[in-house]
Amino acid sequence: MTDKILKAMTPKRKTAVNGKSPAMTYFVVLAAYAVLELCIKTGIMSSHLQGLLVPMVYYAIVAVGLNICVGILGELSLGHAGFMCIGAFGSAVFSLLTDGVLPDGLRFLLAFLVGVALATLFGFLIGIPVLRLNGDYLAIVTLAFGEIIKNLLNALYLGIDENGLHASLSNQMALGLSPDGKMLINGAMGVSGTPHDANFTISMVVLLIALFLAQNLVHSKHGRAIMAIRDNRIAAESIGINIVRYKMQAFTISAAIAGAAGVLFSHNISTLQASSQYFGYNVSIMILVYVVLGGIGNLRGSVIAASILYLLPELLRGLNKYRMLIYSIVLIVVMIFNWAPAAIAWRENLAAKFKAARKENV
Amino acid sequence: MSFLTSLVNGLSLGSIYAIIALGYTMVYGIAKMLNFAHGDFIMVGGYIIFTCVSTAGLPPAAGILLAIVLCTLLGIGTEKVAYKPLRHAKSNLAVLITAIGVSYLLENLALLIFGADTKSFTNVVTWPGIALFGGQLRIQGVTIVTILVSLAILIVLQLFINHTKNGQAMLAVAQDQGAATLMGIDVNKTISLTFAIGSGLAAIAGALLCSAYPSLTPYTGAMPGIKAFVAAVLGGIGSIPGAMIGGLVLGIVEILSKTYISSQLSDAIVFGILVVVLLVKPTGLLGKVTQEKV
Repeated sequence: MTDKILKAMTPKRKTAVNGKSPAMTYFVVLAAYAVLELCIKTGIMSSHLQGLLVPMVYYAIVAVGLNICVGILGELSLGHAGFMCIGAFGSAVFSLLTDGVLPDGLRFLLAFLVGVALATLFGFLIGIPVLRLNGDYLAIVTLAFGEIIKNLLNALYLGIDENGLHASLSNQMALGLSPDGKMLINGAMGVSGTPHDANFTISMVVLLIALFLAQNLVHSKHGRAIMAIRDNRIAAESIGINIVRYKMQAFTISAAIAGAAGVLFSHNISTLQASSQYFGYNVSIMILVYVVLGGIGNLRGSVIAASILYLLPELLRGLNKYRMLIYSIVLIVVMIFNWAPAAIAWRENLAAKFKAARKENV
Repeated sequence: MSFLTSLVNGLSLGSIYAIIALGYTMVYGIAKMLNFAHGDFIMVGGYIIFTCVSTAGLPPAAGILLAIVLCTLLGIGTEKVAYKPLRHAKSNLAVLITAIGVSYLLENLALLIFGADTKSFTNVVTWPGIALFGGQLRIQGVTIVTILVSLAILIVLQLFINHTKNGQAMLAVAQDQGAATLMGIDVNKTISLTFAIGSGLAAIAGALLCSAYPSLTPYTGAMPGIKAFVAAVLGGIGSIPGAMIGGLVLGIVEILSKTYISSQLSDAIVFGILVVVLLVKPTGLLGKVTQEKV
């Protein structure tokens, strides 16, 4: 039992999150920002490419959020697109309500907070039932919640007039909106007219905040407790770690970060729709691909993988057809290479041989 | 009468879910893994039949037979190449993520080979069906065939598991792989057999699903696959009659909520059932409670 506890307490080096230099991650992000900003200012970057920068960053942000859940907490969520969806719709509705009432900067800041707060709230509420499960069940239930959120928002009609807010799940007429009322969410047509507030700089700031949150979580007492639960739940419980509380904490933070990405999403697109293309479980899986290929538990890797995997197929149009095929094959190969006991033994064997060879040379 | 029509449609859809769920529940019970790609085997089966019947002009029966054989081989092959190396991995997320990768691989291969456009599938059941109550209630041939086929599969599977050596081996492996090995059971062979049966059933489900809803795309199998998993959980994972009941309940609920509540919310309702079941009775309707050992 003791060695189990020790094992639970010692973070494995392989999955420790940039144990040595969290500062390096910020440096990489800032350097990338400086280079890209320079390209924009000097006019090297095409406007097509400029349009891809904000989506690239918000997918990197969700990847960081999902990595907290998959890498640090060790539970697979297939519903993060749903949290993104909540952040997007919550902030978009707030922006529509207050557009012209509040100054633009303040409005966006508040919209951002509203979006994140809603995603956090839903992360918490969904976490209560979901975190009682683990493994495959947890994955499939998060998928279910993601789809429920998407379907509900797809069927939701929300409008406002002088009598206040009106909501309906059937159709626009059921709202009974007065003639000068304003539609906020128009069912499957979604939200239109959200101001374009998100730009590359703001997105990068949000990414840095998300990374700061995530890295600090990992290197704190809380983070170590969460990783202890990941490595051995029973051992962690036996030494007095409050399983429910820490799992909840990780899941909620993860959802909040996804919600922040959703805010950027909705303030970068003119018509926001809860379609499968943007918020279906396929999107959650795509983000999972970023996380796995960047390295499960490696936050910097998530950012780099999300950026490269998002930009690459857009840049190489010819590759686009084969993009998902290549991703899927790489995903399978990476998983087997990294996790199969036989592959691990083979790698360790090879490393030992290299070491021996090096010693002989010296 | 519209209620009866919906009920019959629900039974038909539920029977298809049940056939898929049988494959899911067997693989989950015996190999202890969630084969996320199971739904995509339905799509593969559908495309094989489509190619045989519409392109090569073969009779539907030959197409179905070929689809069953090829899907079975594909199932065994997938297990050998992608899942078996990860069977004893430290984290059970590894094999789940790999299964998601396989699902993506199959969908995108189909996308490359057949394109994204919807193929109209020729109904493999040529019997027009029957009319009841003086023509007020029409039941299509494919509906009746679907329900009968699923019942037949249920009975054959029950007999196979309870009365053959291989079936008993499956039960043993499901209970304890290590002990089964000690009793001289070839675990690898048993798991291969499970995947073979599951994938073959998926091919049959593909033929029936595409006949009842004649549009075939690379993503045809994904949603029914996930819903069938919901059905398997609802019935109690690992239980064969449970998968059947779960499938039927789910199909009926889905069609009734489409008819009487909202077609947009029907998926949300189906997934809501999963959430409720896992919270109230995580073992499902017919599942067994197992104690977690430290």
